[in-house]
Amino acid sequence: MHRYLPHTEADEKLMLESIGAQSIDDLFNDIPENLRLNRKLDLPEPMSEMELVSHMKDLSTANKSIDELVCFLGAGAYDHYIPSIVKHLAMRSEFYTAYTPYQPEISQGTLQAIFEYQTMICNLTGMDVSNASMYDGATACVEAAMMAVESTRRDSVVVSSTVHPEVREVLKSYMKFRDVKVIEVDMADGVTDWEKLKALMGKDIAGVIIQNPNFFGIIEDLTDIEKIVHENKSLLISYVDPISLGIIKSPSEYGADIVIGEGQSLGNSLNYGGPYLGFLATTSKLMRKMPGRIVGQSNDVDGKRAFVLTLQAREQHIRRYKATSNICSNQGLNALIAAIYMITMGKKGLREVAVQSTQKAHYALEQLTKTGKFKPLFNKPFFKEFAITGSVESKKVNSELLKHNILGGYELEKDYPELKNSLLLCVTEKRTKKQIDKLAEVMEVI
Amino acid sequence: MMKDYNKLIFEISKEGRIAYSLPPCDVDEKELNTLIPDSFLRSEDVDLPEVSEVDVVRHFTNISNKNYGVDTGFYPLGSCTMKYNPKINEDMANLSGFSNLHPYQPEDTVQGALELMYHLDQMLSEITGMERVSLQPAAGAHGELAGLMIIKAYHESRGDNKRNKIIVPDSAHGTNPASAAVAGFEIIEIESDKNGAVDLDKLKEVLNDEIAGLMLTNPSTLGLFEKNIKEIADLVHEAGGLLYYDGANTNAIMGIARPGDMGFDVIHLNLHKTFSTPHGGGGPGSGPIGVRKDLVKFLPVPVVEKQGDKYVLDYDRPESIGKIKSFYGHFGVAIKAYSYILSMGAEGLKKVSEKAVLNANYVMNKLKDHYYLPIDQVCKHEFVLGGLINKENNISTLDVAKRLLDYGYHPPTVYFPLIVSEAIMIEPTETESKETLDGFIDTMIKIAQEADENPELLKSAPHNTPVRRIDEAKAARNLILKWEKNK
Repeated sequence: MHRYLPHTEADEKLMLESIGAQSIDDLFNDIPENLRLNRKLDLPEPMSEMELVSHMKDLSTANKSIDELVCFLGAGAYDHYIPSIVKHLAMRSEFYTAYTPYQPEISQGTLQAIFEYQTMICNLTGMDVSNASMYDGATACVEAAMMAVESTRRDSVVVSSTVHPEVREVLKSYMKFRDVKVIEVDMADGVTDWEKLKALMGKDIAGVIIQNPNFFGIIEDLTDIEKIVHENKSLLISYVDPISLGIIKSPSEYGADIVIGEGQSLGNSLNYGGPYLGFLATTSKLMRKMPGRIVGQSNDVDGKRAFVLTLQAREQHIRRYKATSNICSNQGLNALIAAIYMITMGKKGLREVAVQSTQKAHYALEQLTKTGKFKPLFNKPFFKEFAITGSVESKKVNSELLKHNILGGYELEKDYPELKNSLLLCVTEKRTKKQIDKLAEVMEVI
Repeated sequence: MMKDYNKLIFEISKEGRIAYSLPPCDVDEKELNTLIPDSFLRSEDVDLPEVSEVDVVRHFTNISNKNYGVDTGFYPLGSCTMKYNPKINEDMANLSGFSNLHPYQPEDTVQGALELMYHLDQMLSEITGMERVSLQPAAGAHGELAGLMIIKAYHESRGDNKRNKIIVPDSAHGTNPASAAVAGFEIIEIESDKNGAVDLDKLKEVLNDEIAGLMLTNPSTLGLFEKNIKEIADLVHEAGGLLYYDGANTNAIMGIARPGDMGFDVIHLNLHKTFSTPHGGGGPGSGPIGVRKDLVKFLPVPVVEKQGDKYVLDYDRPESIGKIKSFYGHFGVAIKAYSYILSMGAEGLKKVSEKAVLNANYVMNKLKDHYYLPIDQVCKHEFVLGGLINKENNISTLDVAKRLLDYGYHPPTVYFPLIVSEAIMIEPTETESKETLDGFIDTMIKIAQEADENPELLKSAPHNTPVRRIDEAKAARNLILKWEKNK
């Protein structure tokens, strides 16, 4: 017997009799003999719960988590505070052991949570509609690019080189298979070079993807860019950090047509890179080009308010190869977490997280650059991340910091070979003055 | 009582309430607009709810009560493998040494995580008979897409550039043709034979030098083992194509037969089906892909490799299809699948498949006198019925499904696969006891009797659920996709 398998020998016997089979093997007679494995799989012996816990603790303690390290690393995955209730509520098994809400009468919990998530993503971004979430920020960006291609019937997209390097890479991997050209536009002093962007525009450009705050943490001025993009009848795709929207203008205010982003920072643990969620919001005009699941409000036969998956005619299980995307799942649980987080922080809390992150990041830059050993790499307004540069190799700085249990910044040279000795540091509301001072102190003597 | 809770969080919001706490800012605060120019700042706070902590807790507890999960009861949703999701796996994924790792930490500080990924790759490779497995894809459909990209990369690497067509049987999951389209292929759909299997003659007709590959699940979506699989593989290979395995139905064959040995070249698995990770109300899933030896070089970057005693993330793979997702896949889900495999071991996994098949055959045999069974032969982990035998009262499969809700069961998958009319696809899974199955069987038989005696009861079902049948047409016609004040 195994704890997850309830069949007693007597049960098995009765069941086989009822089927009219002599043995379990009879039920596998349809598998040709030459295709049978006929040996035991080469896997470790089964573990009891205690053995499993002990093994997993050994593995997990072979890592150094940000519980032990003071994290100044961001670059697309952020160490923001997660209120205790987020996990308590998301781990209610009525939510996490359910399937996709295809039977709406017994899935109103999931459906309502997604409806509330969609509402808050719309309020955050200022857009008209949001879907139920995507795999992550990078794949949401791919879907947004395809929406632009489909709706403009053009075959190229422009992406700023200040967009997260991994997002650009994922975009290129996908677009190669769709015969869509990806053109990168250079940066000037850490922001998208709008003059170069202007020169690139033409009848082939479906959309322009700008990250804001960009990969370097800088807030891009989109006034000119928006004009350039829309005068060319292209779509403006804005990739945003949802936490930044606690204080920064919503993308709809600067004319974005599609807003996407990585939603991890909305209450999701870092999880060594996943699972996270991507969000995608757009205008009513583009709504029917939107990929993925969408929840809508209706009522039941008694007139009671009820929620249901809607606009399913766009999706793969109905339209098969003509679907707007092949995506089937969303990141249901991660979207639920994001919804609980946004509700818990609420109107005031989201602002305060954004304000504290801004204040602390600016304090950190001041401390790190006050002696001149390091200087800011760019001179532009920023949110919670900033890049600094000095005479010491970034790798060396990080390994010295690690000796003091500080998780240093992202080494920019990896993706921008011209940015030598440059680190991208992130400061969230979780960091204290003491931790920032310590960072500055250690870096000063490297 | 509880099911009457019908408030949206926005409707209980009251100005001034908060549910969070933060320590005071301990650095010298400056006027925000001296740090960020006013032109970039929003003029009004984001319109989010204002509620207290207890409001949030009650709200989500109450709406969770309107949800049905595997923990609530029997969930025989065909093709989705709704097995029990062991609690200990959640605990393991929540260990701080896993859940609090930043994806860009130096490799030296994440050796345990990399080791886990490396070993999970090895274990899944052994289970499926493939050379290497990548954990990157976020879900089954994402795995299909990555796998098809690999198939394309393979043909192109050989200078074989005209292979732009993928064959998909008409019994396939909707994601198969959709993924092939997204990967830039043209889709050739072939009709299945009367047993829902691949029709070899029809296959031969469409095989030529423009075919990149064939996508197949085995057992098929009818829950039947594709006996001619070896011949199918040979035909596809002789024509120069590759064979893709949709792993949705792997729960039937673990430790018994392996896709690699059947001749599949590229596969995906659904960790959220076969390997017990919870479905989360629609995700996160995880759809690792496996490949045969000469295709390893095309796997997405990075690949976890072992160099001496050290695990590393290898990005230096010039023939890779590239990056298909941020970071390294759903690591948090991978932990649960890894814990599950360690809890089961080789014998346990084989028992899983044996009991899954036993359960399916047991239920099938008990129901076939009351519901139409189009193909009466031994099934694997699931089977497909074609609605009620007695069609006199025009009771549809949908009515049967909705009536099941009244009796506290999650209905089976309905109207899929498309090749069976009024399809009811039942997958009990191995974690269900004989008593649970007997309860379900009795209910299904009772519903068949109700269909004869009191058809209205079914047509107007469900009666006891938090909401009753929903006007889906209205939802699509009069779109309300978010809550708005005064609406």
